[in-house]
Amino acid sequence: MLLIHCPWCGDRAELEFRHCGEAHLVRPADPAALDDTQWAAYLAFRDNPRGWARERWRHVHGCGRFFNALRHTLTDRFAATYKPGEAWPEPPI
Amino acid sequence: MTRLASGGRIDRTRPLHFSFDGRAYTGYAGDTLASALLANGVHLVGRSFKYHRPRGIFSAGVEEPNALVEIDRGPGQREPNVRATVVPLVEGLVARSQNRWPSLRFDLAAAAGLASSVLGAGFYYKTFLGPGRDAWHKRWEPLIRRMAGLGRAPEAPDPERYANRYAHAEVLVVGAGPAGIAAALRAAESGARVVLCDEQAEFGGSLLAEPDAWPQLAADIARLRANPLVTLLPRTTAFSYGLQNFVALAQVIEAANGLRERLWQLRAGRVVLATGALERPIPFSGNDRPGVMLADAARQYVLRWGVLPGRNIAALVAHDTGYAAAFALQDAGAAVAAVLEMRATAPAALLTEAVRRGIRVLPNHGIAGTRGGHRITGLLAAPRNGDGAPDASRATPVACDLLLMAGGWTPSVHLFSQARGRLVWDSALDAFLPGKAREAVTCAGACAGEGLTPGLPVTLLAAGSARAPKAFIDPQNDVTTRDIALAVREGFRSIEHVKRYTTNGMATDQGKTSNMLGLAVVAGELGRSVPEVGLTTFRAPYTPTSFGAFAGRHRGLLFDPVRTAPLHDWAVGQGALFEPVGQWQRARAFPQAGEDMLAAVARECLAVRNAVGIFDASTLGKIEVTGPDAALFLERCYVNAWQKLGIGRCRYGLLLREDGFIYDDGVVGRIAADRFHLTTTTGGAARVLHMLEDYRQTEFPELQVWLTSTTEHWGVIALQGPRARDVLTPLVEGLDWADFPHMAVAECRVAGVPARLFRVSFSGELGFEVNVPASQGPAVWQALLRSGTPHGITPYGTETMHVLRAEKGFIIVGQETDGTVTPDDAGLTWLIGKAKTDFIGKRSLVRPEMLRPDRRQLVGLVPRDRSTLPDEGAQLIASAASRVAEGHVTSAYRSATVGHPIALGLLAAGRARLGETIFATNLSGPATPMEVVAPCFVDPKGERLRG
Repeated sequence: MLLIHCPWCGDRAELEFRHCGEAHLVRPADPAALDDTQWAAYLAFRDNPRGWARERWRHVHGCGRFFNALRHTLTDRFAATYKPGEAWPEPPI
Repeated sequence: MTRLASGGRIDRTRPLHFSFDGRAYTGYAGDTLASALLANGVHLVGRSFKYHRPRGIFSAGVEEPNALVEIDRGPGQREPNVRATVVPLVEGLVARSQNRWPSLRFDLAAAAGLASSVLGAGFYYKTFLGPGRDAWHKRWEPLIRRMAGLGRAPEAPDPERYANRYAHAEVLVVGAGPAGIAAALRAAESGARVVLCDEQAEFGGSLLAEPDAWPQLAADIARLRANPLVTLLPRTTAFSYGLQNFVALAQVIEAANGLRERLWQLRAGRVVLATGALERPIPFSGNDRPGVMLADAARQYVLRWGVLPGRNIAALVAHDTGYAAAFALQDAGAAVAAVLEMRATAPAALLTEAVRRGIRVLPNHGIAGTRGGHRITGLLAAPRNGDGAPDASRATPVACDLLLMAGGWTPSVHLFSQARGRLVWDSALDAFLPGKAREAVTCAGACAGEGLTPGLPVTLLAAGSARAPKAFIDPQNDVTTRDIALAVREGFRSIEHVKRYTTNGMATDQGKTSNMLGLAVVAGELGRSVPEVGLTTFRAPYTPTSFGAFAGRHRGLLFDPVRTAPLHDWAVGQGALFEPVGQWQRARAFPQAGEDMLAAVARECLAVRNAVGIFDASTLGKIEVTGPDAALFLERCYVNAWQKLGIGRCRYGLLLREDGFIYDDGVVGRIAADRFHLTTTTGGAARVLHMLEDYRQTEFPELQVWLTSTTEHWGVIALQGPRARDVLTPLVEGLDWADFPHMAVAECRVAGVPARLFRVSFSGELGFEVNVPASQGPAVWQALLRSGTPHGITPYGTETMHVLRAEKGFIIVGQETDGTVTPDDAGLTWLIGKAKTDFIGKRSLVRPEMLRPDRRQLVGLVPRDRSTLPDEGAQLIASAASRVAEGHVTSAYRSATVGHPIALGLLAAGRARLGETIFATNLSGPATPMEVVAPCFVDPKGERLRG
């Protein structure tokens, strides 16, 4: 079981968290202005990196807050977790 | 008796009585079941999985593939497939052999030789395919089900308890042999909090078979015991090593109070793996007979348990440690008939010692076959040819009653590999060793190769064995060298494929003694090196772990928590039938004496339509939406228009996902300008809150709005029916009835209790939902029942609720919808706020696919014969012979009100097909002709609910 660092609560067991998909996808301010292809890209197309991934998590059985994380999809290592709105950190080399 | 007069760590003053296959035996405290059986001269302990060959005790530890027995401690405590080598002997132990009929000594399946000719590598795959398929079902499967297999699962519930504990340690040391004890002492004496675990009851590992080391061992354990920083966990197996040094330990406790095992989930700052090494067996014909044993195991039986497992022994030696075993047995009184040295020459010092002892050493020899039935009686010693195979034509017989195999050593790198550590092939040591680690881990002792010396390389150990008959590699799964060679000949190259095709290493011992030999045979057949062939993956658990340990306290009522509404106990008292809805238990119907459920539902439905019914709706999800931007937030999320909803008014809300499909629905009441009482479906409460929180926190963080789950704070009592108001009126205080139309909400008092009263209807009748604090629910319910008695008030359950809403064509999310249904499909476009420029999912509703005229739309369905009830889930087809589904039935009920079965369904372009006939498929007969009608069967104008 992973230990995940909630930016508000600190290190907690993976059981308390829920994975919420790719991070830094911003809902378009005016969806009606997008054509079908652009909307489909927002709606359905996601990165599936082999390596460092920026993803959203929620401390659902804790403070309930959403946050972002930089996690390696092969090793499951978390390089960082950070609050929504904060810039993403550079992946470790 | 083969028990020695002295020596070993058993306590000869404490005899213990036990039975095996009904016969009484005696052992001593300190024995394992295996050592006690051997001390009583019992070598035959089981029959093999496929071929029913007689099998004996092969090892002295966890790697045991053969000596699997059933331990019976009473009903529910009959444990199958227990390795006799790890069971500490206790007074009264009852053990039985497995997989034999009619008896262990005479097994019919083995006598008939039924299996051995047909069950070769890939047998299952080959019979599943092609012309064998029929034969598989008719002939092979029934036969194999009778013949193959291991123990019997217990039939009664396990009466014992299992516990669970989370723990942290600065240093976790796995394995309490010499390396582990040294590591634990050093760590603890430098101030670290240490946990030291070992799978055995006694600490010491290999030292337990080194009498000279016992005084120091005792002193070291005393030092550990005295150190308050140290936690000692005997009989505790570290069976899983996950990321971030998270290690799962299974501890066997067997306390008098019924606590049997404890699962530890331990996170360690550093893990020290001191897991030792396992001896390699040697593949040769007939190497599976009882009495063929790992050499070091035999040495341990002598020195640790004071048991001499054979009186006239032979040894097949490919590694120096084989001599130590042979010498130990000779010192204990055994005659050594011969040592067959597989290497070209024996090491000089050992040879000199053997000669001094009068032991005959045959260099460059192998074994061409063995004799014996229930125990080995002799072998054929044969010089090895150039290819390594023993030359049977030059073989000489050697009589023996025990044959030792010393094939060299394989470091136990299982846990290191589980933690994604790299393994590297050490060609000098001829073994895989821990390489680059991913975790904070240190490997110490034999598992890191320390103290090990090379013997005959494993490829040469297996050389020439691939043509030998009955040379077993995995005795538990009955896999031979020929099976492996056959797999390679049939084209399997990847070791992972060979493993699965032959099942080598896939038995309960997880290949502890067989994987390296399997690799060696594949390498030999392919002409590659072992590291080129590669390793199969090491997976948890290291040794079989009981389900009880995983389940812990999560059994019975605690297996999956049951949620009950405030009126649950009342419903139980009424003899209600219940159904699970998510984690909730909900009353489904209230049958009276002599009624079945159908009759009860018909009576309850008519009571609601004609008088009044009362229903516990407390499980509805409820979210309090508050804050100055509450209306704006709902406006952005739900399809409806909220900003202009008056205080004290309600609206049926519809929530989509961003992809435009219906996600949830429920009535939302505006309590104040900045306060909404939002309801969700019973099953959707958690996911709706999650989704709304997501948008609140991440998309609309600028809005001043808060969401609070209030599902369990309110008890909700629905009153539905033309007399509902009559029941309610005498109990209500502080309500202006004149301003309380359909879809209104007010705060008032009901039966003296503060309430939020909704005028809403999920039945199509005049209806109210009384929300009171959950603790007051039973009192208000009773008051309503009393008030309703003159009006014929009738409690009803979820089934009636379903029928009533279906008669009105109201959808249930998850029944009429399945994640591909749009508002228009469900006939709910009227809910969408016309002036709204955006809400979750709006953009998706105008994608081309969403606008197709042939989308499946909600319709009503009535059987043409007015009597056949279609199946929910039945496909809708255009003609009885059609194979093309044009939709499906989502709900179907017998309607007492309408007088015949009714159904709802999703049908392609359904709204344009009213009056047509469509057919509902039927699992048990011809398709049912159904008339397509509008999805409303009662009061289509909605006059009743406004009454």
